[in-house]
Amino acid sequence: MSLPAAASHAIRARLDAEGNASGGDQLEVAMGPQHPSTHGVFRMDVVLDGETVVKLKPVFGYLHRNHEKIAEGTSYLGSMPYTDRLDYFCSLTNNWAYALAVEKLAGLAVPERAEYIRVITAELTRLQNHTSVCGFLLQDMGALGTPLMWAFRQREKVLDLVESLTGARMMCNYMRFGGCRCDLPPGWIAQARVLVDEYPRFLEEFEALLSGNEILMARTQGVGRLPAALAVAAGVTGPMLRASGVDHDLRKVDRYGIYDRFQFRVPLGDHGDVFDRYMIRVLELRESLGILDQALRDIPPGPVIDPKAKLRGFRPKAGEAYGRIESPKGELGFYLVSDGGPNPYRYRVRPPSLINLTILEDMCLGHSVADAVVILGSVDIVLGEVDR
Amino acid sequence: MSFPAPEELKTIVEAALHGVRVELVPNPAVPSQSSLRVAPADADAVARFLRDDPRLLLDCCSNVTGIDWPDRDEKTKTKTVVDGVEKETEVVRRVPGTLEVVYHLYSVALRHGPAILRQRTADRGGDCSVTSLTPVWRSCEFQEREVFDLFGVGFAGHPDLRRILMWDGYVDHPMRKDYVEPDDYEYEPTPHDDVLERAKSHYPPTEAKP
Repeated sequence: MSLPAAASHAIRARLDAEGNASGGDQLEVAMGPQHPSTHGVFRMDVVLDGETVVKLKPVFGYLHRNHEKIAEGTSYLGSMPYTDRLDYFCSLTNNWAYALAVEKLAGLAVPERAEYIRVITAELTRLQNHTSVCGFLLQDMGALGTPLMWAFRQREKVLDLVESLTGARMMCNYMRFGGCRCDLPPGWIAQARVLVDEYPRFLEEFEALLSGNEILMARTQGVGRLPAALAVAAGVTGPMLRASGVDHDLRKVDRYGIYDRFQFRVPLGDHGDVFDRYMIRVLELRESLGILDQALRDIPPGPVIDPKAKLRGFRPKAGEAYGRIESPKGELGFYLVSDGGPNPYRYRVRPPSLINLTILEDMCLGHSVADAVVILGSVDIVLGEVDR
Repeated sequence: MSFPAPEELKTIVEAALHGVRVELVPNPAVPSQSSLRVAPADADAVARFLRDDPRLLLDCCSNVTGIDWPDRDEKTKTKTVVDGVEKETEVVRRVPGTLEVVYHLYSVALRHGPAILRQRTADRGGDCSVTSLTPVWRSCEFQEREVFDLFGVGFAGHPDLRRILMWDGYVDHPMRKDYVEPDDYEYEPTPHDDVLERAKSHYPPTEAKP
C-alpha cells in the first residue's frame, strides 16, 4: 500500500459499529493541535460526513501546567503576576478578578481613585480584546491579513497606554489587594482621552468595511445558533450569552467596583448566531468607550492603595470566598479557601473560555467543517485560560 | 422577593423534599455565607428543586470545583485524677479525610445568588464518588470532568466521564494534597545533578552502566 493510500486508510473510519450508521464512509479528522484556526494548541476531533460535521469532541490540556496547584504553593500576592498568564490578552481583568476575590475574603476596602483606575484599565482591556477578536474572526473566515492587522494596529495604541501605566504591554501585574500598584503617570489621562476620542473613527471605518459586507453576512448569519435556554444551562457567559438575547452582564447584575456610577447599555442579540456575536462585540466597544469617557472625566485625586496595607505576609482568616467579574470573555471567577495560612488552601479559577466551549458540539453539528472554524472563532477562547 | 439566606434555604428545601437532610456549613471569613451540604444520594433531587422552584430558579451553575481534605489527627486533652494526682493525657483521634465538591449556583432569570451546594465523598479511596449534576446543569459537564481528572472524584450519572486536562494514560490526581511531583517532568534517561539527588531519596538505586 502506498503511503498516501495508507494514510487515507488510517483516517477513514467506519463508525457504523458505534451506531452512527450512514451507509457511506465517514471521515475522522483531528483539527489541531497545530491548526491556526484553533487559536493556540487545542484540538477538535471531528467526524465528517462529506463536509458536514456529525460529531465533534474538543480535546484540551496541551497547555496545562496546573496553575491552581502552583498558586496553592505560593503566597496570596505571589500568584498575582501568574494570573496574567491565564488569559494573556486580558491580564488586567484577570488581576482584578483575583484581587476582588481576595478583597472579599479578607474584607479589604479599595480607595476611590483605585476603583476608577480599575474601571479604566478593564475597559481598555475590553477594547483591545474585542477589537482583536473581530480581526481574528475575519482571519478565520479567510480575509487574510488586512482586518486583523487593522485591529492590531489599533490594539497597539491601547497597549502603548497600558505599557506607560504598568511597565508591561501584556503581563501587567498591576493590581494589588486593596488597590493598584502605582498611580497614573503624568499626562496619562490626556493620552487616554486622545485614544478614546479617536477610537470611534477607527470603529466607523472598520464597520463600514466589514459589518455590511456580503461575504461576512453569508458566512456568519444563521451559522452556529445557540438558543438562550441552552446557553444559560450550559453556563455560557459574556458576549456569547448576550448574543443569544439573555440580558446578563455582571457589571449590571453584581455592580462590582463602581460600575453603578456609569451610564451604559447592554447590547443584546436576536438570533444567537456568529453574526450576532460579532455585532455584540462591536456594540460593546462603543459602550466601553462611553464608560471610559465618563471615568476619565470623573476620576478623583487621592491614594491608589491604603499605604498601611500589608501585602507581604498576608494571612486572611480561615474561610472561603468566590469573587467574579465580567471579563471580556465572560464570567471570570476566583474561588479561594483559606486555612489561615500564608498560602491559599484552595485556589480555583472559573475559566470562561473553557466553559463557553461546553456547547461547541451543539453549535457545530450539521454545519460544514469550514463553519466549525468560524464558530470556534466566535467563541473567543484563549488557551492559556482553557488549559490553565 | 430577596434571595433567601442559607438558613432559610435549608428550611425551604427540607420542607419541599421529604426525608432530605441539609447540613449548613458555616463560613467564618468576611463573606460569611454558609453553604448547604447534602448527601450524594439526595443531590440530584435537591439540585432539580433549586433549579425549578419559582422562588429560586437557580438556572445557572456557575462554578464547580473540588477540595481535598486529607486525613488529619485531632488532639484532645483530657484530665484524669490518678491516685489523687491530676494528670493531663492527650488523646489523638484520626479523622478520616474526604473529598468535597462545591457548586456555586446563580439565577440568571431572577438575578440573584449565589447558593453554595456541597457534596462529599465517603473517603479518599480510588473509587470514591458523588452524584453528577450534569443532567441538571449542562455547565457541570467539563468542570466535573476536571474534578474527576485532578482530584479523582467519580461522578455517578455523568454522560462522558474522562480525563480532560491530563492525558488518558495518566494515573495520579495532581490536585490532591498528598500528590508527589515527579523528579523529572520531561523524560530523562539518566538523571543527574539535583534531579539525581532528589531521585535517590525515594527511587531504588540503579546500577551504573559501563
